[in-house]
Amino acid sequence: MTKDTLYNYTLHLADNALMLAQRNSEWCGHGPVLEQDIAITNISLDLIGQSRSLYQYAAEIINATTSPSIGGGKGEAKEATEDTLAYLRDVREYKNCLLVEQPNGDWAQTILRQFFFSLYQYRLYQQLQQSTDATLAAIAEKSLKEVTYHVRWSSEWVIRLGDGTGESHNRLENALEALWAFTGELFTPADYELEAVKAGFGVDVSALKAEWEQKVNEIFAEATLPDAAIGGREGIWMQTGGKEGVHTEQFGYILAELQYMQRAYPGAEW
Amino acid sequence: MEIRLTKYYYGDIPEVQGGGSNRINKTSSPSNGVGRGEASGADWPLWEVFIRSKQGIDHKHVGSLHAADAQMAIENARDVYTRRMEGVSIWVVESKYIHASNPDEAASLYEPANDKVYRHPTFYDLPDELTHM
Repeated sequence: MTKDTLYNYTLHLADNALMLAQRNSEWCGHGPVLEQDIAITNISLDLIGQSRSLYQYAAEIINATTSPSIGGGKGEAKEATEDTLAYLRDVREYKNCLLVEQPNGDWAQTILRQFFFSLYQYRLYQQLQQSTDATLAAIAEKSLKEVTYHVRWSSEWVIRLGDGTGESHNRLENALEALWAFTGELFTPADYELEAVKAGFGVDVSALKAEWEQKVNEIFAEATLPDAAIGGREGIWMQTGGKEGVHTEQFGYILAELQYMQRAYPGAEW
Repeated sequence: MEIRLTKYYYGDIPEVQGGGSNRINKTSSPSNGVGRGEASGADWPLWEVFIRSKQGIDHKHVGSLHAADAQMAIENARDVYTRRMEGVSIWVVESKYIHASNPDEAASLYEPANDKVYRHPTFYDLPDELTHM
């Protein structure tokens, strides 16, 4: 039971990182300027690195158990690896939150998605360092340095766009409209998150919300944006489901691109 | 039978089909510094980047980049020039503040030093502990 929870929880953390990395990597070669193309791709690589550590750990857990309920990660292979977990699962088996799978849109939308998520991930990893699970704690500690930079980089861009020209301000407001409904899920725990908190190795995400919102509003104030949760956004219906495998229609397209090569040429290497 | 091979590179994919930029407005005004094309980094000033590779060594010029201000220049430099552990400290300076000597005056500026070997400290024995000299 606890093994299932640990597996699902680890996979959820890994999927969050991988899907945002995949989205960001779509900018590679298409960034607004060369330097920012490199910056967003760097962030992508950081996130892929985090997801690798987590997938390796999840594969270890799955290979050490006989539980049938989490057998999906092995795919058709005999042993689960980081690759079978990333490339051979189906839509419903991915546990990332909906925010990270949202399309890139324009630069403002990509920035705001990164800002919302990095700020959340920063608080999450900070607390995960105290996890009773030594591996998760170690991964969190190592990743936190990267995430600290992601927060700094994306915060500055939010300020730059919001406090920039009329055009950039409008684009950031449009991005806020598009993304706000996906932020609630970050702080709405799934069953395995609740069990993980009870077991001592998970983080209570609902407790992160107040601090997250306060930090968002601080940056928004500098960016001359109104508070995030007002202006038609208070009490708005928050989309959920991603953590349980119920994704938005965007998700199939991501998997198609992500998995195409492994599906077409199983086990291909170069 | 004629066989034609067409080779496509990543950059050949039209922007509209590419991932990142499908909604970018190409006709946006040049004052919008985050768009593409004319409104790209071309209107951002050029910065020279200096990296210190480890403590105790001086900063060395490594290249240049575009950025809107000093803070962005440092972050861009971090992402462009220190990805492979090249540095522990970054300096940036706007390129327009760098003044250079005139190459045409090289003869009068540098050649007079050629025949003054006594200015070189080559007549001393350096202790082995002294590095970076």
